[in-house]
Amino acid sequence: MNTRDEQWRVDLRAKIKAKDRTNLTRVQMPELDAEYRSHIRNEEVNLGLTPAQAMAEAQRCLDCVNPTCMEGCPVSIKIPDFIKFIETGEFLEAAKVLKMTSALPAVCGRVCPQERQCEEKCIHVKMKKESVAIGHLERFAADFERESGQISVPATAPANGIKIAVVGSGPAGLAFAGDMAKLGYEVVVFEALHEIGGVLKYGIPEFRLPNKIVDVEIDNLKAMGVTFINNCIIGKTIAIQELEENGYKGIFVASGAGLPRFMNIKGENLVGVMSSNEYLTRVNLMDAANPESDTPVYKGKKVAVIGGGNTAMDSVRTARRLGAEKAIIVYRRSEEEMPARLEEVKHAKEEGIEFLTLHNPIEYIGNETGRVTQMVLQLMELGEPDASGRRSPVEIPGKTRIVDVDEVIVSVGVSPNPLIKQSVPELETTKWGTLVVNQDTMQSVSLPIIFAGGDIVRGGATVILAMGDGRRAAKAMDEWIKNKS
Amino acid sequence: MNKIISKEYFSANVVKFTVDAPLIAKARRAGHFVIVRVGEKGERIPLTIADADISKGTITLVVQRMGVSSTKLCALEAGDYITDLVGPLGKATHIENFGTVVCACGGVGTAPMMPIVAALKKAGNKVITVIAARTKDLVILEEQMRENSDEVIVMTDDGSYGNKGLVTNGVEAVIQREKVDLCVTIGPAIMMKFVSLLTKKYDIPTVASLNTIMVDGTGMCGACRVTIGGKTKFVCVDGPEFDAHQVDFDEMLMRLGGYKDQEKEEMERKILHTK
Ligand SMILES: Cc1cc2nc3c(=O)[nH]c(=O)nc-3n(C[C@H](O)[C@H](O)[C@H](O)COP(=O)(O)OP(=O)(O)OC[C@H]3O[C@@H](n4cnc5c(N)ncnc54)[C@H](O)[C@@H]3O)c2cc1C
Ligand SMILES: Cc1cc2nc3c(=O)[nH]c(=O)nc-3n(C[C@H](O)[C@H](O)[C@H](O)COP(=O)(O)OP(=O)(O)OC[C@H]3O[C@@H](n4cnc5c(N)ncnc54)[C@H](O)[C@@H]3O)c2cc1C
Ligand code: SF4
Ligand code: SF4
Ligand code: FES
Repeated sequence: MNTRDEQWRVDLRAKIKAKDRTNLTRVQMPELDAEYRSHIRNEEVNLGLTPAQAMAEAQRCLDCVNPTCMEGCPVSIKIPDFIKFIETGEFLEAAKVLKMTSALPAVCGRVCPQERQCEEKCIHVKMKKESVAIGHLERFAADFERESGQISVPATAPANGIKIAVVGSGPAGLAFAGDMAKLGYEVVVFEALHEIGGVLKYGIPEFRLPNKIVDVEIDNLKAMGVTFINNCIIGKTIAIQELEENGYKGIFVASGAGLPRFMNIKGENLVGVMSSNEYLTRVNLMDAANPESDTPVYKGKKVAVIGGGNTAMDSVRTARRLGAEKAIIVYRRSEEEMPARLEEVKHAKEEGIEFLTLHNPIEYIGNETGRVTQMVLQLMELGEPDASGRRSPVEIPGKTRIVDVDEVIVSVGVSPNPLIKQSVPELETTKWGTLVVNQDTMQSVSLPIIFAGGDIVRGGATVILAMGDGRRAAKAMDEWIKNKS
Repeated sequence: MNKIISKEYFSANVVKFTVDAPLIAKARRAGHFVIVRVGEKGERIPLTIADADISKGTITLVVQRMGVSSTKLCALEAGDYITDLVGPLGKATHIENFGTVVCACGGVGTAPMMPIVAALKKAGNKVITVIAARTKDLVILEEQMRENSDEVIVMTDDGSYGNKGLVTNGVEAVIQREKVDLCVTIGPAIMMKFVSLLTKKYDIPTVASLNTIMVDGTGMCGACRVTIGGKTKFVCVDGPEFDAHQVDFDEMLMRLGGYKDQEKEEMERKILHTK
């Protein structure tokens, strides 16, 4: 039976009229004061809903016959099912519903671009109302379960003795490992860095996604029998071929898109110009802003971040927190085209970040010691829509301006990590370096033992897509292994 | 966590460690390096793999005390553990019988030169090693270099030991004396720059192993970038060895100084004041 038809759901719907539900106002996420938080690096900005707020927000959901919100979610979370459990105060049940589809609900509830996915498709939006706060509710249920201490370690099938290797411990690798462990496989995750978690640890800052939330998920996987081996680079420390020789029956490559792009403009190698990967790695992975840490980080006073994505927002907000008096986003299109999450842009503005949109750097100027002191910006205007559907920026001839800076963080995208391809040259890749896989099974088209997912297949994408790939790959690899034997 | 099997002092400031790392021992070749981290708040620093023993599953590191991180590492004893150690990283040195090879090293570059000297010698080259230092006390690894070279020339700035002069004087003396087929240089960027200018004058192919600042060592951050023949390259994945005549040493020098003030401050606060 469809859960929606269960008596308690029918009764719940009858309790409040749909019209009254739509007229309720959307809950506001409580957050840290903007002035306070712009100096504090390690406190999460969003504080989370109280149980009362969550239950009130859950009432806004109409429990639609045809829940269009689910079409917007890349992994089709059963959105009304979990929200209705929140409405009745059965928060642990709500968390269970989430876990049926999502391996990392506490993470996705925080970092998913909800406004462009599930929430954009919510019926309220069609009625010109604010959508149900699906992301906030998802985070609430996941946090509630974790904090209740009643987090359940998923049951695992009896061990089947089949060894599976995972390359990379970001969301794709973690999701895959969890599903394979549930199916009884012996899963070993290899990670190049000294920390487990991929971008969730070294990229996304504490003020948006606390490490302890990721750690709980990792501990959970360990409890399910997954082994993690850090400081081990597949393709360097151990070759892919050696994994096969050592009896691994399937390999899931989730090595991400870790290669930073630069713009190849004059002065880009000056001291103080760096990739967002370098900046965020120093601050997040190496804890460089902490005086106890041996890793240095330059704390610029006038910091420009080039780009308009989440990585750019994370970098500029970090710079602000490390003491930048001026922290500027330089973006070549207009704010409307910015790929960053709306919430990040809003938070950044509240924290005093300046936005120089329709500007593009063409040169950096340095002093006698080679440290960057100025950037030359080309003024832009919007032209016709390009392949991505966004209006493309074009230069306004002759119009430039010079802005003083002492640190520049280049955040114009990442490319797939080439290590695996170098290790296994016969692996088919696109001209962008992404691995070519069957879209349904995530299996490599050239080497069947290899499955892949996340940013190594998609280029820089999202946590939820990476997680979804991991889950699909697990299902397909399980079938492939069973069919073989 | 990797266990230190043995520790030996080459001099007061140069320590040789053998470390348990069976997978790296098996995978490494001359020219490869590892990234190590000492302590939970430690920095990731690159160190060349000086040697490896596959049967014992160990690698050898030769560390010169420079700043905070190398000092912390040098303070570890046999039986202690290195918090993190990852590798082998970088591209291996291209080793073949070139003929006569001059290996010019100094300062921080003497330790990473060791395995290259040994590999070149083993491949049948005539190896002439030039070690340079400011003064006698700073000359390191002379004995080890002698074991693997046909000739060792020591140069000191003040003439307190060996010949008086710079590394370039030593290299030039060899070039004027006999035919040199290849020059390899590792050391402070300024030293490599002048070696490179010299060999260019004589049209001798030259390889420089660049010791830039690194963070991850896997191509992820770009901290190690240098300009080679007008193009940006990452030393940790595209190098560390490059055609010296193509390297923009002035830019590299500038970039190496990027964290000097912080390094100095940390050294004073964390090491000197606690003594
Ligand atoms: C600063 C920043 C902010 C972001 N914000 C958001 C956001 O708000 N919302 C959102 O949805 N997405 C966001 N993203 C994107 C999202 O984080 C990525 O799409 C996602 O992490 C990709 O997951 P993945 O598992 O494919 O790879 P990653 O998370 O990149 O993990 C790959 C892991 O593999 C390891 N690895 C690589 N090569 C090897 C090898 N050869 N051997 C062993 N290990 C290897 C790497 O060290 C890394 O730990 C953000 C990204 C960044 C950088
Ligand atoms: C590929 C590679 C291989 C290396 N192999 C070895 C090795 O086998 N043995 C070894 O002892 N060292 C080696 N190094 C150098 C070693 O990594 C540095 O000495 C170390 O990072 C210094 O860290 P620290 O915190 O002790 O000193 P810091 O506090 O970082 O620096 C102290 C002083 O040394 C200078 N300095 C720092 N790093 C370098 C550098 N790379 N070149 C020149 N000057 C520098 C600083 O400017 C500063 O004045 C290698 C470097 C690279 C890139
Ligand atoms: S996973 Fe993301 S898209 Fe799916 S319901 Fe949750 S917040 Fe929405
Ligand atoms: S579309 Fe909106 S109102 Fe309808 S079920 Fe989904 S969240 Fe609830
Ligand atoms: S050290 Fe980070 S890319 Fe080379």
